[in-house]
Amino acid sequence: MSSEPVERALESDAPLTAAVHQHDVAHEAAEDRGWHEAALVGRTITVNRPREELYAFWRDFRNLATFMENVESVTPGDDRTSHWVVKAPAGRTVEWDSVLTEDVPGRLLAWESVEGADIKNTGRIEFRDSPAGRGTEITATIIYDPPGGDLGRLIAKLFQKEPKIQARRELRRFKQLMETGEISTAEAPDAAPRGGSQAKG
Amino acid sequence: MRALTWHGKHDVRMETVPDPRIVNPRDAIIRITSTAICGSDLHLYDSYIPSMHRGDILGHEFMGEVVETGPGSNLTKGQRVVIPFVIACGKCFFCEKQQFSACDNSNPAEKADLSEIAYGYAMSGLFGYSHMTGGYAGGQAEYVRVPYSDVGPIVIPDGLEDDKVLFLSDILPTGWMAAENCQIEPGDTVAVWGCGPVGLFSTQSAFLMGAQRVIAIDHYPHRLDLAKSMGAEVINYHDVKVREALMEMTGGIGPDACIDAVGMESHGFTIDNVVDAVKTTTKLGTDRTHVLREVLLACRKGGRVSVPGVYGGMGDKIPIGALMQKGLQVKTGQTHVQKYLRELLELIGDGKIDTTFLISHRLPLEDAPKGYKMFKEQQDEVTKVVLKPDWQKEAA
Repeated sequence: MSSEPVERALESDAPLTAAVHQHDVAHEAAEDRGWHEAALVGRTITVNRPREELYAFWRDFRNLATFMENVESVTPGDDRTSHWVVKAPAGRTVEWDSVLTEDVPGRLLAWESVEGADIKNTGRIEFRDSPAGRGTEITATIIYDPPGGDLGRLIAKLFQKEPKIQARRELRRFKQLMETGEISTAEAPDAAPRGGSQAKG
Repeated sequence: MRALTWHGKHDVRMETVPDPRIVNPRDAIIRITSTAICGSDLHLYDSYIPSMHRGDILGHEFMGEVVETGPGSNLTKGQRVVIPFVIACGKCFFCEKQQFSACDNSNPAEKADLSEIAYGYAMSGLFGYSHMTGGYAGGQAEYVRVPYSDVGPIVIPDGLEDDKVLFLSDILPTGWMAAENCQIEPGDTVAVWGCGPVGLFSTQSAFLMGAQRVIAIDHYPHRLDLAKSMGAEVINYHDVKVREALMEMTGGIGPDACIDAVGMESHGFTIDNVVDAVKTTTKLGTDRTHVLREVLLACRKGGRVSVPGVYGGMGDKIPIGALMQKGLQVKTGQTHVQKYLRELLELIGDGKIDTTFLISHRLPLEDAPKGYKMFKEQQDEVTKVVLKPDWQKEAA
């Protein structure tokens, strides 16, 4: 049963990631999956490249580590599975296996973590031609179950603090890589030397 | 290498820092031969711009010689180039529309959040202008790393010395775009607030674009003289009531277009400005918007307002009624430098634009801190300071 605010949000032509009552939206997402709780992250960007090219890059999961800051590696298993290793604070890592639940070439990828994941998560990424001919509109939606315990607290630092910021940074880097062939940086010292305490080379 | 670094309000220093390196394929490294202090550098010097870090290298008006290129650059070693202060990828929706200062990709992902929060959307990267615009090292140094070097830099033909072309990096295209944003029609009178470099280049550009009259407003006599030498009529706001003067000088119609070439640190002792000054000093927010208020009130009905002057935050008591009721058109923005370079280089080559009159002081790069102090404290006679990293070599 949807709550009333979520029902009302659905009357607007906007995704639920933009709904005012995010807590209700996340609660429903958790209930649907039998999770303890859920957090929802979503973002749409336009990338000035053809849809098929962007889909193909994303479909080869090994590529994801090139622009996702905290992802150490994504190792493909069979055609539909992959193993994720993600950096966590204090030098630790968290891992999970993921399986593709939907795959429409050039249009849609959806995945879900399997039993035993350090962080239960599910997500989808949709590729649409920009109606104005501006390339491809990409909508990414990720739902995850923040884990409890010591590990949970560590992971919360990594993901829960600003998951929205994290997601928009990853998508910006993806867009940069696809549009310009590189990821922009002003990292000291090589890309941007600085004086003061950072003056040493 | 040696570089001018920021350490706080009125505290800039020459330091030895690591040399920049090629990091991305489209990068190039430039050995700087000339670099200027911009009026907007004074906003950093006065600590008006948030997200500055100690040790940041300043400078966004510079040119030099290509010394190293990445595999994706189309420059070659030894070429002389002027670098736009706006960093633009050339590939995104905005760059393809030639709105280069709105580039979606040049501000690194982890830095872009600041402007997205402040302005609703992430702005482009700029050289040497805070971490909100990318945290890129600037060009008041011996060397600089230039990203997307296949898009921004313009190659300068032999025979055009540095002083003639250096201002292509910022203030010349900025003055040009400010005049273009006035959509000047035959017979138009353009009023320009501020006779700093951008105001003076706006004046020059407005005449080239067919303005019948330009009225320039400032309080520094030397700067007003420079405007006068370009054919402008002048108003010293210390002695004359600006709005009344403009009304009288235009037969009661008012200026057809108005340019705010001052921005957020406007001077003057009107009540609104004093209140703004107190608020900014006490960090209660808000830019000093005295000039913008005056511009909106002075512009004729149905006129055009162009704002090249830099604002960064919130404005208070904007005469929004005047803006709406009079049907004003407003155009603003950081300059889309890359869009104007070819046209302006041609005008310089043909002798139709000369910008060298502006340079009042040339100093070795090592004297950059002195240059900032002079530019800040003696604005009447110091119209532009150009710094030369090769000073000793050139003197020898």
